[in-house]
Amino acid sequence: MKQKSFRFIAADILYIAMMVVPFVAAIILKVLTTPPSDGVSITGARIFFTIPMPIQDLIVTEAQINSLCVMIALFGLCLFLTHGLRTRDISVRQHLAEWIVEKVDKLVSDSMGKYFMSFAPFIIAILALSAFSSFSCLLGLFPPTSDINIVAGWAILVFILITYNKLKCGPLHYLKGFAEPVAFLAPINFISEFATPISMAFRHYGNVLSGSVISVLIATALQGLSNLLLGWLPGFFGEFPFLQIGLPAVLSIYFDVFSGGLQAFIFAMLTMMYVSDGFPMEEYFARKAAKENKKSAKQKTEVI
Amino acid sequence: MLELAIGIILGGCALGAGCAMIAGIGPGIGEGNAVASACEAIARQPESKGSVTSTMLMGCAVAETTGLYALVIAILLIFVAPNLLVNILLRAIGA
Repeated sequence: MKQKSFRFIAADILYIAMMVVPFVAAIILKVLTTPPSDGVSITGARIFFTIPMPIQDLIVTEAQINSLCVMIALFGLCLFLTHGLRTRDISVRQHLAEWIVEKVDKLVSDSMGKYFMSFAPFIIAILALSAFSSFSCLLGLFPPTSDINIVAGWAILVFILITYNKLKCGPLHYLKGFAEPVAFLAPINFISEFATPISMAFRHYGNVLSGSVISVLIATALQGLSNLLLGWLPGFFGEFPFLQIGLPAVLSIYFDVFSGGLQAFIFAMLTMMYVSDGFPMEEYFARKAAKENKKSAKQKTEVI
Repeated sequence: MLELAIGIILGGCALGAGCAMIAGIGPGIGEGNAVASACEAIARQPESKGSVTSTMLMGCAVAETTGLYALVIAILLIFVAPNLLVNILLRAIGA
């Protein structure tokens, strides 16, 4: 085994710092900006500052900052996993990276078909971003996915992708798709077209938000319960909410880890489903084949 | 009089939020059906457990959507609507 060079180790340290530093900075920012309050309260994302803009002021919130932190950390993770790729005696991290790539390729080819293999990086990107955004509340941060603006941005991105793939056969074919199966259903088809991004955004946002609201409610209830049970003890022991230690963490495993991961998976699955369903596969390939036939026939006549 | 009006607004918002969450019944029944069918399918063909489970989770998430719409409406009614409505009231009486 060759000794690792100094540059390799320095780059590794840089990548690990890229993973850790954004979260530490976000936690410090949260600790510094949170006003002291008694009891538990349910609030939205905290507004850090507003940038004046001509139409409407641009508000920079906790959710945007945290989402940027998650992006930087994921970028660092990707660089770390793919650092020092080799074809022989590969390292553990290369095994991990290859495993992820293989799994995602298999998932995409299973649910979208071979034609859409170029979607695999986008799918894993949106899956990882969503999952790690939801997991970031394990560190006590405000999860970006419980702000509808962030999730609505992803949903609009997916909507643009769906529409782009539907337009592959020209605008006429796209407009004809609204009149299926009967022409007078066109308004309903039109509404359901725009219901797709709204339902995707609300599904993801509502799941994460409901989890955090229920967690806060249970934490408050546990505080009241421990006051009721242990309030007769003198001094510090009577006031300290002992039941709040550990018990909310059990619920957090369901609401944050399971639900967050599941919603990320579902968002990615729905993206793949909508995109591959929207693409007019048979029509597209029929037109392509017809075009190529024409071309080859033309070439033949030119040769003759 | 103003206190009464504001009280009616707050009470109406709370009642509306509670009524909106009746929609939670639908996803409950739907997801129950989905999981029951998945259990049957796994009992019949234990080797297809993986694909059945992932399909069931997808279906559950889609069935959950209506409930989540209700949840969003309830949250809006509790946290956003009271301020908005009280402001409208105050503007209407010119206070």
